[in-house]
Amino acid sequence: MIQFLLHGFRSVFHGSRAYWLWVSALLILVLVGLNAYARQLAHGLFTTGMGDEVSWGLYIANFVFLVGMAAAAVMVVIPAYIFKDREMHKVVIFSELFAVAAMIMCMAFITVDLGRPDRLWHLVPVIGHFNWPGSMLTWDVIVLNGYLFLNLYVCIYFLYTAFHGHVPRQGLYLPVIFVSIAWAFSIHTVTAFLFQGLGGRPFWNSGLIAPRFLASAFAAGPAFMILVFTILKRLQAIAFESTVIDKVRVIVTVSLLINIFLAGSELFADLYANSAEAIHISLLFGLHGESLLAPWIWAALGMNVLAALILLSPVRRQPLALMASCSMIIIGVWIEKGLGFVVPAFIPSTLGDFVQYVPSANEVLICIGIWAFGLLLYTLFLKGAIPIVNRTEIHPD
Amino acid sequence: MEKDTKPSGALSRREFITGMTITLAAAGAGVAALSPLSGAEETPSLDAFLQQHYKRLTVAEKKAIFARLEAEIRSTYGVKAAIADPPPMDGVEFAYALNIGRCIGCRKCVYACMQENNQSRDPQIQYIRVLKMKKEGRGIDLQSAVHDYPQNEAADPDYYYMPVQCQQCKNPPCVKVCPVHATWQEPDGIVVIDYNWCIGCRYCEAACPYHARRFNFTRPHIAPEEINPHMAYLSNRPRYMGVMEKCTFCLQRTRVGRYPACAEVCPTGARKFGNLNDPQSEIRKIIENERVYVLKEDLGTVPKFYYVLAK
Ligand code: SF4
Repeated sequence: MIQFLLHGFRSVFHGSRAYWLWVSALLILVLVGLNAYARQLAHGLFTTGMGDEVSWGLYIANFVFLVGMAAAAVMVVIPAYIFKDREMHKVVIFSELFAVAAMIMCMAFITVDLGRPDRLWHLVPVIGHFNWPGSMLTWDVIVLNGYLFLNLYVCIYFLYTAFHGHVPRQGLYLPVIFVSIAWAFSIHTVTAFLFQGLGGRPFWNSGLIAPRFLASAFAAGPAFMILVFTILKRLQAIAFESTVIDKVRVIVTVSLLINIFLAGSELFADLYANSAEAIHISLLFGLHGESLLAPWIWAALGMNVLAALILLSPVRRQPLALMASCSMIIIGVWIEKGLGFVVPAFIPSTLGDFVQYVPSANEVLICIGIWAFGLLLYTLFLKGAIPIVNRTEIHPD
Repeated sequence: MEKDTKPSGALSRREFITGMTITLAAAGAGVAALSPLSGAEETPSLDAFLQQHYKRLTVAEKKAIFARLEAEIRSTYGVKAAIADPPPMDGVEFAYALNIGRCIGCRKCVYACMQENNQSRDPQIQYIRVLKMKKEGRGIDLQSAVHDYPQNEAADPDYYYMPVQCQQCKNPPCVKVCPVHATWQEPDGIVVIDYNWCIGCRYCEAACPYHARRFNFTRPHIAPEEINPHMAYLSNRPRYMGVMEKCTFCLQRTRVGRYPACAEVCPTGARKFGNLNDPQSEIRKIIENERVYVLKEDLGTVPKFYYVLAK
């Protein structure tokens, strides 16, 4: 084990100039974020743009988005294990490692959102006072930690055996993989239930939230993995056949279409019924003419539709077009989850008040810091894992 | 990144030194990045950090905690306060009735509440929000209501004034969602918060359909001379930064037989308060004989705050 860790340590400190530049840039952003968080700890959440009307903002939005990204790791795991796709096996570990990094980012986003992070221990079962099964948040604590643990186990087990040149034993990983596939659905479903169970917020109180969460996550997550795989291949860090990208692309396309369909279906219900609370319409057109959100929502919708058009047309085979549409999906879904999902439920407030939300600079810096931290972790994970993965490729036992 | 096929070659001395320097520099920069912490508004003491949930405290522990809190209040505000812990009365369930036919929107209740319950004055935290709505037209319609009308626009006969505060629901969504049981319903129906247990996740604020919960986004500020020294642990003692708070039907008063501050101060008699379980009480008479409604009945929260439409 010590050798294994030492090896990882060595790989991480062994890189090209571009690698060091990338790592240092991320590290600087992490420190900037940490500095912003220290300011928030000192003066309270007052330093954010949130208030009693819009009481959740960017932090929770990023959290929701990243839960989806982590869940989406299974969309690469499923073809690899259930359909026994050999090429997929080569890259599956990279998406599991991303799930680990994303989970850690999720927990960081929840922690920075707390008013009293010093009391985090109150959330620990037994020593704290865990409101389970009553509160959906406690369910989320369980499933998120569980998912982190499962993926961590699978990653470490594979890398460890590969490092020692052993063949992984099916009994020791297959059951865990199957559990983690089911678990992935649960993390995003429970996160959706967190919102859709609140009767006082009609915008969230819809049974379509969980399916929409899954569809958008299964578009954005694999889209991100396409970017990662393509970049790593370009850097000549890993090698795989292009069928991998083609398969993931199909997953992205189908999920994206389902997502657009579900969004359209919700929109129709509102438009046709012309209800007093025509919430989605008010978002799109700015009810009472004062929505700061409207342009964002349009942008998200536009990006999703444009990406779908690219993915359905023959240009999708062009790497550049594919990368562009993947980026659009990621950004589009990010906006959809944040500005399009978390924030609008607070506008109007439960007493009909229109208070807009603009995140503060400090809040944005904290978010950037957490993202940089997550990407840094992921980079280091990849840096440690790639040599091991490649070695087994070259000398298969 | 170059092709990483042979990483296991030994780490060269130069690489090791570079790596170590970077790690040390990062650690130093990390400490520097944390420097704003030295100006923190509040730092919990070890006792406060380790304090258990209210319902798990023994009588002796409570006594020690109340003494510690009193000492904290003396050192921050220079005020000698007494923290009591009045228990709920047997067989009592409190309810409120508010006659919007009488309310003139003067907001005396809003300020009496603030004074009684030691809410932060800067930033200002209010538990009661008075909504002003035109009688002709959409009637009781929240989205057309305004709450920030100037004081000289109170008492307009063409408008309804509908104060909204915690509805003390029988099925409180805020209690259900709290991940740590920091907020719960007492036997007399009052929903309370342990300000020393709340982790500040604001899930309850998202769940509340009545905008009744208030969060301390920063450290509450109250001038020492404005502190009300008659406090209770579960209600009007000073709050911390980063915790939730709300109306508690002034349990420090009502559990010892007094009226809530808002009911007492109301100049028009629009506010009535009493025991729902007592068939002879005024509140029961109102509910049985008048035209009453509750807010957002369809949500199934079963508020114990009744609105009355009468003269
Ligand atoms: S803010 Fe406090 S009281 Fe409200 S749900 Fe979170 S921990 Fe519970």
